[in-house]
Amino acid sequence: MLRQKAFMKKTRSGKVLKVVKEHYLRDDIWCSVETCKVCEHTEPVLSAVPSINKAFPLPHYIIPDTNIFINQIDVMEHTLITNVIVLQTVLEEVKHLSLPIYQRVRDMIANKEKRFYVFSNEHHRGTFIEKLKDESPNDRNDRAIRVATKWYGNHIKDLNPRVSVVMMTDDAGNRDKATADGLQAISVKWYIEALDNTEILDMMSSAKDLDDGQKTIYDEHLSPAHVSNGIKSGKYLQGKLGISSHNYLEGSIYTKINGEEGTILIVGRSNLNRAVDGDIIAVELLPKSEWRTTPTGVVVDEEEEQAEEESLKAEQEAAASAAKEDTVMAEPEDEKTATAAVETHKLDTPQPCGKVVGIIRRNWRQYCGFIDRKSVHTPAGSSAPVNVLFYAMESKIPKIKIRTRQAHSLLGKRIIVAIDSWPRTSRYPIGHFIRALGEAGDKSTETEVLLLEHDVPFHEFSKQVLSFLPVEGENWVVQPEHFAGREDFRSLNVCSIDPPGCTDIDDALHVVPLANGNYQVGVHIADVTHFVKPGNVMDQEAASRGTTVYLVDKRIDMLPSLLGTNLCSLRSNVERLAFSCIWELNKDAEIVNVRFTKSVIASKASLTYEEAQNRIDDANMQDDVTSGIRILNMLAKKLKQRRLDMGALTLASPEVRFSLERDTQDPVDVEMKELKETNALVEEFMLLANISVARKIYEKFPDSAMLRCHPQPPSANFEKLEKAVARFGINIDHSTSKTLSDSLDNAVLPEEPYFNKLLRIMTTRCMMQALYFCSGAQIEQEFRHYGLATDIYTHFTSPIRRYSDVMVHRQLHAAIDSSVSYGDELTDKEKMNELCGNLNHRNRMAQQAARSSVELFTHLFFKNKTEEEEGYVIRILKNAFIVLVPKYGIEGIVYASAKVSKPTADSGETASAQSQPILVYNPETDCLQSTEPLAEGETPKTQVQLFQKVMVQISIDDDLKGGGEGGMRQKLKMELLKPWIEGISVHGIANKDDPEAHAVTSNKREEAPVQAQDKKRAGKRTKI
Amino acid sequence: MSRAELLSPEGLRIDGRRPAELRKITSTTCVLSQADGSAYLEHGNTKVLAAVYGPREARHRALVLHDRAILNVELNVAPFSTGERRRRSKNDKRLLEMASFVKQTFEPVVIATLYPRSQIDIYLQVIQHDGGTLQACINATTMALIDAGIAMTDYVCACTAGWVEREAAIDLNYIEESSDTSEVTIAMLPKSSKITLTQMESRLHVDKLEEVFRLAGEGCKQMYEVMDKTIRDRAEDLARKMAV
Repeated sequence: MLRQKAFMKKTRSGKVLKVVKEHYLRDDIWCSVETCKVCEHTEPVLSAVPSINKAFPLPHYIIPDTNIFINQIDVMEHTLITNVIVLQTVLEEVKHLSLPIYQRVRDMIANKEKRFYVFSNEHHRGTFIEKLKDESPNDRNDRAIRVATKWYGNHIKDLNPRVSVVMMTDDAGNRDKATADGLQAISVKWYIEALDNTEILDMMSSAKDLDDGQKTIYDEHLSPAHVSNGIKSGKYLQGKLGISSHNYLEGSIYTKINGEEGTILIVGRSNLNRAVDGDIIAVELLPKSEWRTTPTGVVVDEEEEQAEEESLKAEQEAAASAAKEDTVMAEPEDEKTATAAVETHKLDTPQPCGKVVGIIRRNWRQYCGFIDRKSVHTPAGSSAPVNVLFYAMESKIPKIKIRTRQAHSLLGKRIIVAIDSWPRTSRYPIGHFIRALGEAGDKSTETEVLLLEHDVPFHEFSKQVLSFLPVEGENWVVQPEHFAGREDFRSLNVCSIDPPGCTDIDDALHVVPLANGNYQVGVHIADVTHFVKPGNVMDQEAASRGTTVYLVDKRIDMLPSLLGTNLCSLRSNVERLAFSCIWELNKDAEIVNVRFTKSVIASKASLTYEEAQNRIDDANMQDDVTSGIRILNMLAKKLKQRRLDMGALTLASPEVRFSLERDTQDPVDVEMKELKETNALVEEFMLLANISVARKIYEKFPDSAMLRCHPQPPSANFEKLEKAVARFGINIDHSTSKTLSDSLDNAVLPEEPYFNKLLRIMTTRCMMQALYFCSGAQIEQEFRHYGLATDIYTHFTSPIRRYSDVMVHRQLHAAIDSSVSYGDELTDKEKMNELCGNLNHRNRMAQQAARSSVELFTHLFFKNKTEEEEGYVIRILKNAFIVLVPKYGIEGIVYASAKVSKPTADSGETASAQSQPILVYNPETDCLQSTEPLAEGETPKTQVQLFQKVMVQISIDDDLKGGGEGGMRQKLKMELLKPWIEGISVHGIANKDDPEAHAVTSNKREEAPVQAQDKKRAGKRTKI
Repeated sequence: MSRAELLSPEGLRIDGRRPAELRKITSTTCVLSQADGSAYLEHGNTKVLAAVYGPREARHRALVLHDRAILNVELNVAPFSTGERRRRSKNDKRLLEMASFVKQTFEPVVIATLYPRSQIDIYLQVIQHDGGTLQACINATTMALIDAGIAMTDYVCACTAGWVEREAAIDLNYIEESSDTSEVTIAMLPKSSKITLTQMESRLHVDKLEEVFRLAGEGCKQMYEVMDKTIRDRAEDLARKMAV
């Protein structure tokens, strides 16, 4: 059955190489149709009676071409599309064009219900074709598809004349040729339309037909060759576009400008030229005269008013045409944001600005969001296709134009949309509907949205993954054979201390006083790697999830819960496998020696922080466990002191805990998380274990150890903070973590007890993100962990919830036991680097998801509530300031301009007909101050500065994005109560009827035109 | 993912073979009139020519062993054998090493005591290289030695096997060899299943070794059948000619 056919290929970078490859053609590639008697396939994929469609009376199999997968992958993923023959030719082309799509096709093939069969036509004797002379590769592949279709047609005709094959292609030329060959060919559009299903119709990606009649809005992008030449010659700059979270028409890239690293601003719709957040773009610098001051400049001037007039006009026109079936979008109101942002104030230090000339790589993904109610003009119940605008939840993403037949049923729902293209003639990118998630505002829908938005994989574990769990399931117990290579620590008084309600206990401790006066201290970590073997499906799944994600009301596990909360969890009075780190510490908590071993332990008690604290405090408790905890506590204090002396930072973040109602899981109360002495106890020993392990694995794997570093923050991060605290006569020295920690300790204001905590919170935000890295990828000096003030660090202590720890466990095991066999997953620098990249991404996303979840619950908590609370100004923006309310750990924006708002609130600040800045930004003092003319040396009447204490009123802003009822993008609204600033401040609910009460606090005379309304998209929290 | 997919989920390798399939093998003996024995062997696109001279008087007196013959193996790789033209020096360490592998493989198999005080020269020429040079050299040498009528205890059949992505596969071609695949070459005496050479230069997980070995062994047996057929055909052909 071996038939040999050799053919030639050529070229490779630079040199011309002749590559001769063998190519075997086979007789044993089967058709995989259920009823086929000729072929010897064992597990047929294609059902005997496949799909029927109005367009074709006979049941048929579909053979799509490459472009169908590339452009219409969402349609192909729909459950209605089954019995598809994927040709090898097509698959290879897809892989070559787009790896993500290839992966999705592969997933579909793996899904048995989809009945997608890969036919290796290139290796089949009957379907292989040679490239003809003067035939382009594309033409050859098209012909290969036709030949394969023909083969299939003849093949199944012999066995069942009632079944046929249909070639699916959007290439009319190819269809004609197919028809000429006597084949059935159809385009996706016709095929889908004949299916009569509105949902799948909406999922169809719109064809990229450019209407010549439409006026082009954007400049053309340069060709890839042009761009790459330009980048090489330095004419263009390359970078990843990051859109500002406050204004989606302003973005920036971070790149090297004339050898120096810097940020280039890209401002305005035409300069952005169809680039979307995350795209890799090529940018041309604008002439210096068009450079702009920092975004801390002020907005609002004549230009805006002009634009406003235009926009009003356009809006009326839009309203007039609203009755028409196919709506003209009321777009121009955005124009103003663009112009407002574009206008320049020439100050001393202009920031480089640029414009996008080409897009090197798109980074489009699927977006969650909702349909703009205003863009739907058809009467309810109509199922005619209409173009509507879609708002993504992420404010960085422009509106997306989608064509849907179910506009009305989708209103008020969260939906997922993908971008197909962004032609030059369209103001907005054009996309298509993928699926609906559920009602907006619903807790489970919103949770799903936030998981999707943060790219958190939250699907159930597949059967394949679960098949790698121990067969005994819950009844798994430690067997005698498990003791091989393990020490028996069952007799030790091991206990665990965790937060209340913790079910995945991955660490436990013990201490034994030694005869020489020293202490033997052991940290025992759940031995996850005993269950998760490298490379299997469960391991791959865990590696891709990277971390367990903790949301307010649920947990997205990294490992199946049988492992996480049972077999690995070091619960009390059960024998469990552990990986132990055993030190001998002297009385001053200095390490005398350290060793690592796999072990079996039986925890004597699993305590909460509070229980452990009570045991320490209760003098009557004299049992072994309690006295052990006391010794540990004593040692931990010494360890901590030494760490602090070394310059470890104590930072703070406002963390809150919700009390949830038992049944509905609705939040009923919020409290700040409290820290007890025992928290620090556990933490100290975990840090010690992590550092000891890091040294060990680095010694064994100098090139590929998985470590964690925390880079020193650049001084630019501290500039504003330093300026702000200088007012209080406080100096922050951040040259080393030691000096920073000392300056933080000294920064105490007796009259303001919260000040120190606040300062620590703000210092946290100046920090860089700690990162995983592979030891071979960085020089040793960069291993430092700034925050912990240690020269090397890793994560070892939470393998149940972090994949990095799983890797570290494997490396440590290989380091202590030479008989352990391991593959290149522990030694390959490249793979390790890739993994670190993924883990860092997942970690960041998990943190953000957790924060968003807190935000979501805060919103639920404040629903129908209005609270007055004390807060602190923690950030000054050009026309607003951000207030942190410590009691709830929430932040909100208070706007410094008064606005007349129109009844229809639309996107952001554009709603105002007139904006009057009450406070203006003063870049010298980094504060907002009132606008009255100032004499030399005089301080302004009112100013808002960092750290200023204010009273705010918190409520939920029911004004909706997308103009309509239903709570689309609910935001927390904060309004200023104290100090009283006319035009900005509002009357509190408590003393609404008593204006005099405010007269006392108010020292302003000027009449503010109107009451302030904040309708701007609230900024995301600053990330540390 | 950036690397080429060596084994598709459909179970086909990059050239369309399945994991346990050899490439197409073409072999002939007695291709050179000058040599005492010669053979030409193709493993797919790997093409090797082997020539055997001797047993004959040893060239250097100093090396002569009074009780048996000495084996001398020289390996040469043609500059045009790979996609990129490259001339290799005679002292290329890789080539010398490979030659010594071949020598060591055959020393226990050739019954050298039958030819005391003599020398057997084996010259190997790699004409085209597409992976598995060593196995091709050993197989070609076996056939050339038989063609030369030199006494051996058995055939020596060689085959490579490696761990390709998630399965063991035999007879790796150049693309498979050069993408970081762990590869083992073994040479086997097919009748007794004794192994005279194992060579492995990369890391391979212990758990996978057995499977790779088993498959390589099967490959050797398949090789034996092909080679034996060629030899027998040749012998029959000769017999027929002599009968005439």
